[in-house]
Amino acid sequence: MAHIDQHPGIRPRASLGRRLDIAARVSFPACITVLLMLLTQAPLDISEQAALLPAVALCCVWFWSLFRPHAMPPPVVFLIGLLMDLRGYLPLGVGVFTLLAVHGVAVNLRRSLSRRGFAWIWIVFGAVAAGASLAIWLLVMLLTFRLLSPYPAIFMAILTVAIFPVVAVPFAVAHRSIANPERA
Amino acid sequence: MIRLSIQARQALARLTLPVLIVASFGIMLLGKADTLLAERARIALADGLAPIYAVLAAPLGRIHAAITETADLWDMREENARLRAENEKLRRWQSVALALDAENQRLKASLQWIPDPDASFVTARVVADAGGVYAKAVLLSVGPNHGVHKGEIAVDERGLIGRITEVGSRTARVLLITDLNSRIPVIMETSRAHAILVGTNGNRPRLQYWPEGIKPQEGERIVTSAEANAFPANLPVGTVHYTSSGAPEVEPAAMLQKLEVVRIFDYGLNGVTAPEPQSRPTPGGH
Repeated sequence: MAHIDQHPGIRPRASLGRRLDIAARVSFPACITVLLMLLTQAPLDISEQAALLPAVALCCVWFWSLFRPHAMPPPVVFLIGLLMDLRGYLPLGVGVFTLLAVHGVAVNLRRSLSRRGFAWIWIVFGAVAAGASLAIWLLVMLLTFRLLSPYPAIFMAILTVAIFPVVAVPFAVAHRSIANPERA
Repeated sequence: MIRLSIQARQALARLTLPVLIVASFGIMLLGKADTLLAERARIALADGLAPIYAVLAAPLGRIHAAITETADLWDMREENARLRAENEKLRRWQSVALALDAENQRLKASLQWIPDPDASFVTARVVADAGGVYAKAVLLSVGPNHGVHKGEIAVDERGLIGRITEVGSRTARVLLITDLNSRIPVIMETSRAHAILVGTNGNRPRLQYWPEGIKPQEGERIVTSAEANAFPANLPVGTVHYTSSGAPEVEPAAMLQKLEVVRIFDYGLNGVTAPEPQSRPTPGGH
């Protein structure tokens, strides 16, 4: 169906199948994010597995907010954050706030980052992930009113940055193929 | 749908993010004000997801078993020799234990000792890690119509692992003794001194508040104390281990890193658990 898009201005009739196709492509980023987040909680028997959930959530929200912000709008980020809070046993609202902040940063940096290569996106994400881990650490301390060791936060930041390419490379392929509404 | 001008729609789109950020602070306040709400939402979500993880557990377990088995094949000879030596040692200990048990029964009989009530227990499988970056807990699959209640005690084959903190219709959450919020009254076995075992989110909880003049000994066994009517006496918890900075920590006897099957004991104790609110239907009781 891709050849149809080569005639701008004339669009095929919005049949049910086509609309479903577009809907599936638009909802792909949110669905894959939720699915990956739930997968990190499967009994994989890895030590420190708990840190995978926020790491995957941060990677997904960063990637899709940069490359397809219409498929990752703030309300969806809000729900993903709520899922992270509930499944990650964080105080409610901590994940919501952090992911919304990451989304805001990504949307603002979109223009300048899209012209640069993957390395730049990764480096900036390193700073964003460090900031997000720090924010979660501080908010958890504030809301539970207790001093916490900073090591889990540092570990989470490093893990998040380390798994970003693993998540981003398949996403980049999907971004151009199955998640692209223009190819419906 | 309401028709809006392009400018109005753009303004609305720009407003969504700030409004939702404000809403996230609202949720933080709500979570602080009504902790029961968050707890119920969490356990409902866990209840819904537990069957999926239970199905996933079988193939994932097979993969894991295959990997560990190939690793085990390498050092089977040494393992065998080690086990034979250990078996020999344990046999000697078994005869000592049987003699002591018999003596204990005789002494109790001559003292007219009131026996502790037998505890009933159920066994459940650990289906998922129910902790997070800042919490240590596991989720048990207990099936519908279970008799598990808040405050019951979870034990693996080696020692105490924690207490039930949340109960759903199919799952129960166990707060591990390593969690930051865990406080357990314990006794040091040789000195019989009381202390409190405080979770730190690390692998080894810390010992605190032991009486003056007594020092926990390296390698000393730590057991639960019946003091607050929250735990039965003498459940094995772990052994004392000093950190390099000189703080006594407890190496848990239970294998908290790889929990698979857990026994949940009902000792009929309700020293610490708050009574359940009346409006809430008791799980499994309908």
